[in-house]
Amino acid sequence: MPIIEVKSLSKVFGKNVKESLQLLDDGKKKDEILKQTGDTVGVNRVSFEVEQGEVFVIMGLSGSGKSTLIRLVNRLIEPTEGSVMIDGENLASMNKEDLRRVRREKLSMVFQNFGLFPFRTILENAEYGLEVQGIDKKERAEKAKNALDLVGLGDYINQYPNQLSGGMQQRVGLARALANDPEVLLMDEAFSALDPLIRKDMQDELLELQQKMKKTILFITHDLDEALRIGDRIALMKDGSIVQIGTPEDILVNPANDYVERFVEDVDRSKVLTAENIMRRPETINIDKHGPRVALERMGEEGLSSIYVTDSKRMLKGYVTAEDASRARKNEIRDLNEILKTDVPTVERDKPMQEIFELIHDSPVPIAVVDDGKLVGIIIRGSILAALAGESEVQVNV
Amino acid sequence: MFDFLPQLPLADWVDDFTAWITSTFSFIFNPIRNQFGDFMSWTADQLSSIPAVIIILLVAVLAFFITGKRFGLAIFSIVGLILVYNQGLWDELMYTFTLVLISSLLSVIIGVPVGILMSKSKVVEAIMLPILDFMQTMPAFVYLIPAVAFFSIGMVPGVFASLIFATPPTVRFTNLGIRQVSTELVEAAEAFGSTGFQRLFKVELPMAKGTIMAGINQTVMLALSMVVIASMIGAPGLGRPVLSALQRAQAGPGFVAGLSIVILAIIIDRITQNLNKSKS
Repeated sequence: MPIIEVKSLSKVFGKNVKESLQLLDDGKKKDEILKQTGDTVGVNRVSFEVEQGEVFVIMGLSGSGKSTLIRLVNRLIEPTEGSVMIDGENLASMNKEDLRRVRREKLSMVFQNFGLFPFRTILENAEYGLEVQGIDKKERAEKAKNALDLVGLGDYINQYPNQLSGGMQQRVGLARALANDPEVLLMDEAFSALDPLIRKDMQDELLELQQKMKKTILFITHDLDEALRIGDRIALMKDGSIVQIGTPEDILVNPANDYVERFVEDVDRSKVLTAENIMRRPETINIDKHGPRVALERMGEEGLSSIYVTDSKRMLKGYVTAEDASRARKNEIRDLNEILKTDVPTVERDKPMQEIFELIHDSPVPIAVVDDGKLVGIIIRGSILAALAGESEVQVNV
Repeated sequence: MFDFLPQLPLADWVDDFTAWITSTFSFIFNPIRNQFGDFMSWTADQLSSIPAVIIILLVAVLAFFITGKRFGLAIFSIVGLILVYNQGLWDELMYTFTLVLISSLLSVIIGVPVGILMSKSKVVEAIMLPILDFMQTMPAFVYLIPAVAFFSIGMVPGVFASLIFATPPTVRFTNLGIRQVSTELVEAAEAFGSTGFQRLFKVELPMAKGTIMAGINQTVMLALSMVVIASMIGAPGLGRPVLSALQRAQAGPGFVAGLSIVILAIIIDRITQNLNKSKS
């Protein structure tokens, strides 16, 4: 069962909510509704599910409704319509007391500008979530201290937030969120106020923490690189609606529409695409059935200078070059094994493209992409260039 | 120009209203006048009975520590208070101080909760704002008239008038201070499951403290300025010599009493201001 389940969630800011919802049903756009009713559509019929332990990133430019959406998830903003199920309970319709209980036990939030209380020490800040639950002083200090140790701030417990750098302050924000051991972490542009280098560090650290803790994280950002870096899945938002949900590869390789495509245009694809995204269908010959003659013929047909050799189970055996094959034909050699070369450059399907550059540079033959020893594709220089250029023929082979 | 309109008997209505309140609520006003009046006189008497030198030293020590161990205000307090004593106005000073202290305390006790209510409710804010404007712009003398009707003469009507005149800044600044707390901090309080009271006491009030203290400082200053005016309805204190000097056109005694008020004002102002700084 997904831990967060959002169903056709909407938020309309304004006075003519009913009318605006009706207009949304009629398929009217955000600015048309603004003109007609004076209402602003914050979030428009959004649905998604987040699985336990997943890092789900909601990405969009400012004004896309992502900050509103995350606040609908813990009901800092009242939803106009729709439901938010957290661990099987509908947050949108529960009473205030239940809402407080869910916020205390299941949801924590990390804020863009840290949201730390300046008059409280670091420890007292980290304790806040436990303090409002009425947990006794000793226990909450211990838990908060553990959380601070986790983010590497155990030595700063008696400082005040303004004595710490931005990155450290956000660690406190993170520790405060982790202290009451929530199931879901809501992170609202959590790293956007940090400078780029610190931001990278924090992203790495979050991923590292996530390895240990396996929380469910709902992360909001306007930074696509950040989304691609930390997201297991990404939802792209525009004008209050989700335009596309998918893995980072999905979004890059199969953009759902022009908007997503424009968005992903500037991404450094080499960081995200993997071997299987850029590989091509291989031309092969079967070592059990074919000899040098067939090999030569195939290479002639396809205009290749070498060809990969597999067995009947498509296990990769090696490759033969055109030169060797023609020599073998002259010398009447029938067995491919005699001319088979086995110094094959191979990569696994999920090898990032960035790491393939060097391999392909040094290799005289295309790189073989293997899955458990089976040949599943090849990568030639041309396909790498095509992928970097973002050509549409690059396909995800799933 | 508007001769066709008969003159509204507004003044008569207010007269009737005041008389009605006086007679209807006399069961409240009378005990307040007696008990509270006795309490205030008692406080002032107690203060007067403490030897002046002890009070002066206490004030100086307080001033020294509250300004961050600097001598300026402490020295000023010693010199200023000795001057007041020297001019034979010590008892008056104690009465004035009592009046300011008690009316300020009441203003804060009433003003802060009202300010909190205003900050939490748009309706309360919409109702209170014009009332506050009214309270602050109506000439302070006007409050003296019903004050006398309700509480007769003396310290109690002085406190009453001062309360009306001096409470608004505390209310306004409390409201403002809480409304100014950044959305993110309020959201943080909410997101971690605070109750309304937890949010108020653990986040909003601590954050608004500086602003609220600025309002309280204003309130204390206004209460002090009310002292001279309250002497017109028989409140004892430094206002009395000012008033009598005015009536007899004696520049000298008037100046001396006025100067004493200034000295008290400076000491109170600096101490309340630093109270705010040293803690935030």
